[in-house]
Amino acid sequence: MSGHSSYTPKTGFERWLDARLPIVRLMHDSAVSYPVPRNLNYFWTFGGILMFMLVAQIVTGIILAMHYTPESKMAFNSVEHIMRDVNYGWLLRYLHSNGASMFFVAVYIHIFRGLYYGSYKAPREVLWILGVVIFLLMMATAFMGYVLPWGQMSFWGATVITNLFSALPVVGETIVTFLWGGYSVDNPTLNRFFSLHYLLPFMIFGVVILHVWALHHVGQNNPTGVEVKNVQKETVPFTPYATIKDLFAMVCFIFVFSYFVFYQPNFMGHADNYIPANPAVTPAHIVPEWYFLPFYAILRAIPDKLGGVIAMFAAIAVLAFLPWLDTSKVKSMTYRPVAKVMFWAFVFVCIILGWLGAMPAEEPYVTYSQIFTALYFGYFIGLFVIGLFEKPLAMPTSIADSVLGAMPGGSGSRMASATAAEPHAKG
Amino acid sequence: MTLPSFRQASLGLAAGLAFAALAAPVQAAGERVIPPAQSWSFSGPFGKFDRAQLQRGFKVVKEVCANCHSMSLMRIRNLSQPGGPEFTPGQVTALAATYTVKDGPNETGEMFDRPGRPADAFPAPFANEQAARAANGGAYPPDLSVLAKARTYERGFPRFVFDIFTQYQEQGPDYIHALMVGYKDPPPAGTPELLPGQYYNTYMPGHLIAMPQPIQDGQVEYPKGPDGKSPVPETIDQYGKDVAAFMVWMAEPHLEARKRTGLQVMLFLLVFGSLLYYTKKKVWSRMPDGSPAH
Amino acid sequence: MAQSTNMAAAGAKPTEGTRRDFLVLATGAAGVVGLGAVVIPLVSQLAPDAQTVAAGAPIDVDLAPIAEGQAIKLFWRGKLIFVRHRTQKEIDEARAVNVASLKDPQADQARVKEGKAQYLVVYGNCTHLGCIPLGNAPGESKGEFDGWFCPCHGSHYDSSGRIRKGPAPANLPVPPYAFSADTKIKIG
Repeated sequence: MSGHSSYTPKTGFERWLDARLPIVRLMHDSAVSYPVPRNLNYFWTFGGILMFMLVAQIVTGIILAMHYTPESKMAFNSVEHIMRDVNYGWLLRYLHSNGASMFFVAVYIHIFRGLYYGSYKAPREVLWILGVVIFLLMMATAFMGYVLPWGQMSFWGATVITNLFSALPVVGETIVTFLWGGYSVDNPTLNRFFSLHYLLPFMIFGVVILHVWALHHVGQNNPTGVEVKNVQKETVPFTPYATIKDLFAMVCFIFVFSYFVFYQPNFMGHADNYIPANPAVTPAHIVPEWYFLPFYAILRAIPDKLGGVIAMFAAIAVLAFLPWLDTSKVKSMTYRPVAKVMFWAFVFVCIILGWLGAMPAEEPYVTYSQIFTALYFGYFIGLFVIGLFEKPLAMPTSIADSVLGAMPGGSGSRMASATAAEPHAKG
Repeated sequence: MTLPSFRQASLGLAAGLAFAALAAPVQAAGERVIPPAQSWSFSGPFGKFDRAQLQRGFKVVKEVCANCHSMSLMRIRNLSQPGGPEFTPGQVTALAATYTVKDGPNETGEMFDRPGRPADAFPAPFANEQAARAANGGAYPPDLSVLAKARTYERGFPRFVFDIFTQYQEQGPDYIHALMVGYKDPPPAGTPELLPGQYYNTYMPGHLIAMPQPIQDGQVEYPKGPDGKSPVPETIDQYGKDVAAFMVWMAEPHLEARKRTGLQVMLFLLVFGSLLYYTKKKVWSRMPDGSPAH
Repeated sequence: MAQSTNMAAAGAKPTEGTRRDFLVLATGAAGVVGLGAVVIPLVSQLAPDAQTVAAGAPIDVDLAPIAEGQAIKLFWRGKLIFVRHRTQKEIDEARAVNVASLKDPQADQARVKEGKAQYLVVYGNCTHLGCIPLGNAPGESKGEFDGWFCPCHGSHYDSSGRIRKGPAPANLPVPPYAFSADTKIKIG
């Protein structure tokens, strides 16, 4: 959708600047005049919400770093110093720790929206893969951030996850020693994790810029999955239409976020992380943060150490291949009766895997984990196979057709208005 | 979200949760007796600490618990800050002076003792963990500072979902109170012979605890009311509640400010959100080409 | 828009235009209020934390070990303080100066406690840009006025800690303190 620019500098200074650094033109083209399909539903607001969460995490994180001490004997107490003595430290720290969880809530909704509406398909493959890269970086960042308070869960989480790499043949042990900077998780580990935890969000920010660039180049997908044909009739300018809608959705999201920060700040954390790290005692029941649970379940489902690690990383990596694994030409699952059922089954499988990840590693959970791991990967195989046979429902020929309900009586428009056309039920 | 897809989403979610519910009882089996939920003044969205209760709790901690347990993150001055027991600064300064604090080195390189100041931490009962273990038959009395947040039990499905809405999060104080009242001497029939230094407690996971019954009825004298009697009973049950409340405050000293700020933030977001909603409606009521939104 | 605003003011039924204007205005105003509220914690966390504030409690200093002509350094609230046991010569010099001729006019009597003129207590950071002036240890330059000399930018302080020469704008300030005994002070 990168048409020609509609920016016209008004003042002399704007003309002067535009001839030298067209930054205002860039902002105008990407945040004001950028055309947005008019039929987007509220699931499309999560991109903006994620942008907000990234900035919020960076701001609160930089502030926390001003008061935190990355040293194994002082880290726990310095976090408590933030909670007790720093002005509004409790707020900033709870915003940051709950912010991580809310970031993942938003990213999972964003990912599942992409899965449902086929946003990974041509011409958005690179956009999608950049998204998978961001997801991976987010996981690394969140994991290292969780280590910093140096509580029991921090310490043992770090131990377990870094030990994953020891599964690699030949080089595994060396890699783990290099990750640790010693012979176990200790002060050098904490120091480097702090350094990387500070670095990675800025790398995420860089990839996000690429992600948005790719998005603005190919244009947004929409609930019909039919590409924009008539920009005049089928799109609205980003400002004010998308801006105000994104803002409203963002405030709703912040409402939920605030509820946890102010009323249930430790709901998504672990009580054991309020016990200072003790290398001599492992907590009875160690589990990762909730957003890692499905992958943790896949890790534990495979009885072989290396196999488990491979399966876990494959569960993420498979997403990057999805544009080619899904053989159907139809984007939106609204028009794919079989794939739609598979999609909801996949959501269900992910929830169950999350639950299994929180259960102890014993029967019957191990068997369940194996079944649901198979189902997880089965979704991707299923999409490959189904795409070859599935007969899609009648689709609108264009967004305008779907939105404006043209051609009354036409099967296409009826279908569309019945399912996917309502951009926002209440306007 | 379109309506049909929303319905499907809810169905999927419900199915997932139902599955989890069926499997939940499997997990509930274990060596754990769930502590009964108490009513706490600080629970819920408008929760506030009961100052008198915190002051009593501190008295118990000072006279009983602190003989073995440290509270290293606590400063004496915390006792007078807003949202806590709110002793007067004068009381806190006087209290601080009763503690002996090691300071130094002085000009001659010697460490020396001086009376405490409000900014000092509470002195620990033992010099280090090894000394604490040696004095307690090998067991280490844990630091009390954030213990109320470090103790919990699995709520299990579906209760943990309800907890989001009921805001139940007092597993810690419930457990601490239960532990105080949970000693059984002699232990119930069927318990294996207790070794020296082991005690039976109903609510301790595994039931064996290294801490002897820490307090008896009437051991700590509470401030008298106008009628010359303590307004609350001087019983283990009451001591347990008061200590647990004090420990919650110690673990979360800004709890009151947090909940108060939360209310302001939530109300603001409601107003701002409604305004945005109507503004959004207005904006979307007219498309750039003049056509209606849908 | 001006027209419709007038109509609303005249009590006429507000038109779509004014309603939208008011809505946008109110929403914008609420947004600004929200942003303002967010700034409060982000900025106030920069202020000294509770422990730093509490640690600034008054301290007791015993002056007896300071021999005449000597000075000691100590810290209160993280700031350096000089305590100098002045000789009679130094006191006389400080009092012989024409106060009106000084850059930061202040009599020596106003900078020490009544009857304790031998003890001068001042903050130890040069009022120019915060370096520590020399003049405490034996053998250090005391500047041209028998007080302190700041080596960073060449400020000279006299035996009352007053600025006499160089770029510093003000005298070394006197911290709040009081004598609790003959040779004991409480700073703060």
